Amino acid sequence: MEPSITHPPEPANRIGLRFVLLGMLALAVSMMFGALAAFKFLYPELLQMLPFHKIRPIHVSLAVAWIFLAAVGGIYYYLPNAARLPLHSTRAAAVHFWLFLVTGLVILAAYALGQFGGREYFQFPAILALPIFASWILFGVNYFRTVTRDRRPWPVYYWMWGTGIVFFFVTFTEAYLWLIPFFRENMVREVTVQWKAYGALVGSWNMMVYGTAIFVMCRIGGDDQMARSKLVFALFFLGLFNLMFGWAHHAYPIPTVPWIRHFAYFVSMTELLILGKIIWDWRGSLATYRRHHHRQAFRFMIAADFWVFVNLILALIISVPAANLFTHGTHVTVAHAMGTTIGINTMILLASVFFILEEAYGRRFSPAHVAVTRSGFWIANSCLLVVFVSLLGAGLGRGTYIEGTFQEMMALIEPYLIVFAGAGVGLAIGLWMVLACAIQLMTGLVFTSATTEARGLARGEKPAG
Amino acid sequence: MALPIRRRIMALYCTAFAAYSIYVYTDGTHLANTPPLSAKVQEGLRLFQAKNCVACHQFYGLGGYMGPDLTNVASAPDKGVEHIRAMLKYGTTRMPNFGLTSTQIDALVAFLKFVDASGRYPPAQPKIKWYGTVDYTSARTGE
Repeated sequence: MEPSITHPPEPANRIGLRFVLLGMLALAVSMMFGALAAFKFLYPELLQMLPFHKIRPIHVSLAVAWIFLAAVGGIYYYLPNAARLPLHSTRAAAVHFWLFLVTGLVILAAYALGQFGGREYFQFPAILALPIFASWILFGVNYFRTVTRDRRPWPVYYWMWGTGIVFFFVTFTEAYLWLIPFFRENMVREVTVQWKAYGALVGSWNMMVYGTAIFVMCRIGGDDQMARSKLVFALFFLGLFNLMFGWAHHAYPIPTVPWIRHFAYFVSMTELLILGKIIWDWRGSLATYRRHHHRQAFRFMIAADFWVFVNLILALIISVPAANLFTHGTHVTVAHAMGTTIGINTMILLASVFFILEEAYGRRFSPAHVAVTRSGFWIANSCLLVVFVSLLGAGLGRGTYIEGTFQEMMALIEPYLIVFAGAGVGLAIGLWMVLACAIQLMTGLVFTSATTEARGLARGEKPAG
Repeated sequence: MALPIRRRIMALYCTAFAAYSIYVYTDGTHLANTPPLSAKVQEGLRLFQAKNCVACHQFYGLGGYMGPDLTNVASAPDKGVEHIRAMLKYGTTRMPNFGLTSTQIDALVAFLKFVDASGRYPPAQPKIKWYGTVDYTSARTGE
């Protein structure tokens, strides 16, 4: 039996869903290129027409695009549909969508043609940053014009979304300071500013994703007070403190003045407070899980909770300069990156996707959808755990291998990389299973209900909502 | 009353962030004896980015993992300039042959020498303190 839509979103508010749908497609393709890159890493002679330096940027750019599209789409959707704040301009949101889509396609074409900007994360030609800037200005103006109509004290997720938007703009600008000779004429400055920007940039998208997590949790629990408590604001400001000043733990070995590193070490250790809070809340989290475990959205949120715990411990360890000496520039960093982007961000964003779907379909999914999503969830998370552990093994192998050549070191860690590549394929399959269901249901929301409504209008019926 | 306090904290954070950023852009990353950014070095940087070398290589341990870190490849006792030229000219099973001209290879070598002069990675004999910090003095050049 096909599930039916019980609460169709208003046509003007479907723009957010288009972002989310496009994001899921980006993730599905990203996983394919990620699995391919893992095998190219082991067997470079495989598929000669697709060299690693083309595959990696496609994988990374699409993964980053998924995070942004799903987070931005969620914000566009939640403001009018759940928070009862109609967007200041639906047309500006639509322009944002098309600008992002066209720019994304041009970036993929540039990669395929071997046209690169050659910067980590932003490996597309620098000129293509301009439409991204323009689309972000549209988004920022639209967001703040929308939320400033809410005269009540803002819940923390408004602050987090707003901070994420502003800091993405700041850090994206900072990432292009190398275009000014003053920055690139000194290599220490060039690399430091680059990684300062990237560290805070990751923090900016985390702000948007974590804001989404709090919003969804408030809605599932039916209590918005959680987003207005003093404690949650204290944790928000602690997270923001880390976003602004903790970036140097990414770049300890760069020969900057020593106190920049000492300060980053101190800032990073303040995250122990967040770790303590998670452990303190653990029993409460279990009780909440028992109440909501039947909800798909909540299952993804609990997975994110687990990955926050694991990654925070790893982040704290590798932020200690003495430990960082052995993990910096190794696959331990990749384990942390994969653990956060897939384990935390992707699980939260999938929770957001399934929350939207559960609300629209009245939680009435077909048994086939439920079974495939549940299997995909467990396959993805189990394989991610294997990916995470194998990367830690490879990283520690690389970090402690002092003597010998690069080739000898690579041969030493090859067994870990074989396990990593195999588990990477499993991870891709698990996420594809989840995405197949989510994309099918989301397509129904974005397109089918519009057609149904159009037919209804043609018959003289009143539109839904 | 709660809202102005949050706004004040945000204003304080933003001011501190701006001041810290300016410090990082200037004195925090000042490098004594910086070699000049010549036209050849700039061309090398352009080529390094145009060929997307960062997908596989690192500077100061930051970048891709397919190939080795290149921070000090120009002065490494077992590598050096001739090793770089050979790698760029012929490629390997892991590294494609990009079909570079000798002028382009010269520019990339000049750029890698420019990077090499900025510091040492990994630092030789870093000193670990009991509270977990590391003395990276040996990573700085020109001191």
